[in-house]
Amino acid sequence: MILFTTKGSCKYMARLDDVDLVERLFLKGYPFHKYSPKPGDPIASAIAPLRKPLSVCTVALVTTAGLSLPDQPPFDITIKMGDSSFREFPADTAPQLLEMNQRSWSFDQTGILRDRNLAFPLDRLREMQQRGKIGAIAPHHYSFMGSIVGPRKLMTVSAPEVAHRLREDHVDVVLLTPV
Amino acid sequence: MCHQSVGLIQHQIEYAGITTVSISLLREITEKIRPPRALFVPFPLGYPLGEPNNSELQTRIMRAAFALLSRNDCPVLETFTP
Repeated sequence: MILFTTKGSCKYMARLDDVDLVERLFLKGYPFHKYSPKPGDPIASAIAPLRKPLSVCTVALVTTAGLSLPDQPPFDITIKMGDSSFREFPADTAPQLLEMNQRSWSFDQTGILRDRNLAFPLDRLREMQQRGKIGAIAPHHYSFMGSIVGPRKLMTVSAPEVAHRLREDHVDVVLLTPV
Repeated sequence: MCHQSVGLIQHQIEYAGITTVSISLLREITEKIRPPRALFVPFPLGYPLGEPNNSELQTRIMRAAFALLSRNDCPVLETFTP
């Protein structure tokens, strides 16, 4: 049960203990060090400073919530090492039309099913743009399905491809959201 | 796993020259993957923007995340206080 207090603060914080026992044991033994940054790794140590005010920046969203449009193939939850593909959404997408496919049941999906903005806040981005807080909304936004146990293909193929497309769209800022 | 994926994707986007910030629900994993900029939020898994249909809270979280964009003392991991 999730309890919210009046000011929106939550009495319930995510901890590794929330994850079910099988997955927790898996995470305990998972070789995070294998994919965590190594000293001198040019990709993991890259820093791209913001070169202009946010009010003139083009902003894109990237989530790992496993969202897809009704006419796109859903994420494949049967791939053992995880589906490392991505789905691209145009800027005029209505968030609530997005469908969710998730291999991981270690989190409560009901919030996102009630309001996709909880993980893919495109409506909030539109409001910020209308108020002049950001310059523009990028022409395309992206979703992956986060439960990727073997991320090699993600690191060498799909994530660089999304990065390339964001550059083609002249995106200045990306907000990423896990679930 | 979601947090590892976000961090790995974030590294690739930053490497492409785009400034990034992410939300984190699991500090332990984010500390291991060390994305350039992350905002830890004290909410359950599945609730990165806090609460469904609470646009005020969702906007405050996004603004707090965007406030980290000017930081280049990476990795930055700040905590959101609701």
